[in-house]
Amino acid sequence: MQFIADGILNASLIALGALGLSMTYNVLRFANFAQGEVLAIGAYFALGAVTVIGAGVGVMGPIKFGWPLLVSIPIAIVCTSIVVLMVDYLVFRPLRNSNASRITLIMAAFGLSLMGRNLIHLFAGGDPKYFSFYIPKAIEIMPGVKMVPDDLAIIALSAIAVVSLHLFLKRTNMGRMMRAVSENPTLARINGIDLKMIIRMTWIIGTALAVTAGTLQGHIFQAKAEMGFDMLLPMFAALILGGVGNLYGTVLGALVIGLAESFAVYFDLSAYRAAVSFMIMLAVLLVRPQGLLGERE
Amino acid sequence: MTPINQHKVNNPNNKILEVHNLVAGYIPNLNILHGCSIHVCVGEIVTILGPNGAGKSTLIKAIAGLLNVVEGHIELQGKNITGMETHRLVREGLGYVPQTENVFAKLSVAENLELGAIHHRDTMAETREKLYDLFPDLARFRNLHAGKLSGGQRQMVAVGRALMASPSLLMLDEPSAGLSPKLTQVVFQQLLKIRDSGVTILMVEQNAKAGLQISDRGYVLAEGVDRVTGDAQSLLHNPEVGELYMGGHGKSTMENVVTATTEVSEPSNGGDSA
Repeated sequence: MQFIADGILNASLIALGALGLSMTYNVLRFANFAQGEVLAIGAYFALGAVTVIGAGVGVMGPIKFGWPLLVSIPIAIVCTSIVVLMVDYLVFRPLRNSNASRITLIMAAFGLSLMGRNLIHLFAGGDPKYFSFYIPKAIEIMPGVKMVPDDLAIIALSAIAVVSLHLFLKRTNMGRMMRAVSENPTLARINGIDLKMIIRMTWIIGTALAVTAGTLQGHIFQAKAEMGFDMLLPMFAALILGGVGNLYGTVLGALVIGLAESFAVYFDLSAYRAAVSFMIMLAVLLVRPQGLLGERE
Repeated sequence: MTPINQHKVNNPNNKILEVHNLVAGYIPNLNILHGCSIHVCVGEIVTILGPNGAGKSTLIKAIAGLLNVVEGHIELQGKNITGMETHRLVREGLGYVPQTENVFAKLSVAENLELGAIHHRDTMAETREKLYDLFPDLARFRNLHAGKLSGGQRQMVAVGRALMASPSLLMLDEPSAGLSPKLTQVVFQQLLKIRDSGVTILMVEQNAKAGLQISDRGYVLAEGVDRVTGDAQSLLHNPEVGELYMGGHGKSTMENVVTATTEVSEPSNGGDSA
């Protein structure tokens, strides 16, 4: 049972990142390989904000992260979004305007990913950074299942983020416009939708999800330059497994990958955790090429 | 949508759309339109006819801002809209229903209609009620995904979506494409109703006979130029129109085309009778 609890925590972080990936994939129509670095840069901005506010301030009961961490998330989202929008303006926008192929965009993202990681090394150093030096004290939530209160709070925060994203896409005008653009950009323009505005919003939402994942991950583990890149494969696995473009599919995919990884760790196969999740992904895709909840085109 | 009971056909002072010497294409240096000029007056239904590859759809796409205009200019309600971005044209009063992929299949009918009104949020409920009165089926299907509907129903959603922005001019690219002759008549009767509600209509139509029957005027395009124009009745009986459809190749080709596609049979008959 314990590995299920650990798996859900793992899955909630994967889900946040993968949903961000899904947003950019659906609207901008390319796989953003730099999403991992968005996550890492966000974690570092949050770390900076927490450091400025002062770590350990405002501890809330058994949850060791206090309001500084929660405040640092929106600050980091704003800072990271500015970076991401600048990169879009300088790199992806000219590529879009010259009708670059998908593979060109993916390669550009790959290059940016490499640059991002090295810039973090350059500015923040190669050593892992810690948000706070708290000693996790697990409590028994069910017989035989122990969890750190912080981890439970993170699962709850991720769930809130997923539900908010769902409501945003289904209920708001902006969400409807985004779904329209993801299905048919030309028809969306004919309807009076400004694609440039939607593209900016998509980057911001994708960034917000990645930054939230990065900050929470940095809090329970550590912040390091490779933290996002290490998450990239599980995020893509969750996205593809669930069926690209399906929000619930992505969450379900994240759950399967998260559980599979912690299952591998539980059976002392931690070296193979990535392999285990990929084998599950391959097995599912052999049976359902469109993913668990994906629709056939 | 105030009804216009007496539309003034061909009154040059009443032009809602004027396209002058348009040169445009999909790829640089490969133009499809080579100096095409048309105009539409308030309250008219104008049909653009022509053989395949004449540039009919290209003309409509160029007006909708989806193509780069190389030369010429486009005026909508007296305002120069040449080169204006597509998404801005809705607010200028231009509605456009493409031939294919003209609904958001993964969205519900109601969501499709709401997307049509993104710049008209304040009058949305009112326009929607009028639309539901005009097309009761839209109200019935409002919670269904547009992708689940039949061809004719989709066409209705596509037209309804465009009408939600209360356009002054509605452009339709082959509204009868893929529809049975019976359904084509239904769609065209709806277009007449829409015109009577005060919306001017410009459409591209392969089905020349059905198209001209509800039209006031028409243009026949060939090789990217407006070759023949006139009122709908005169075009139906103009021998030149039939010839243009056949690309000027004589009778055997004409008959081949007639048997191949019944849709273009009428103008060729017109050519035949001459």
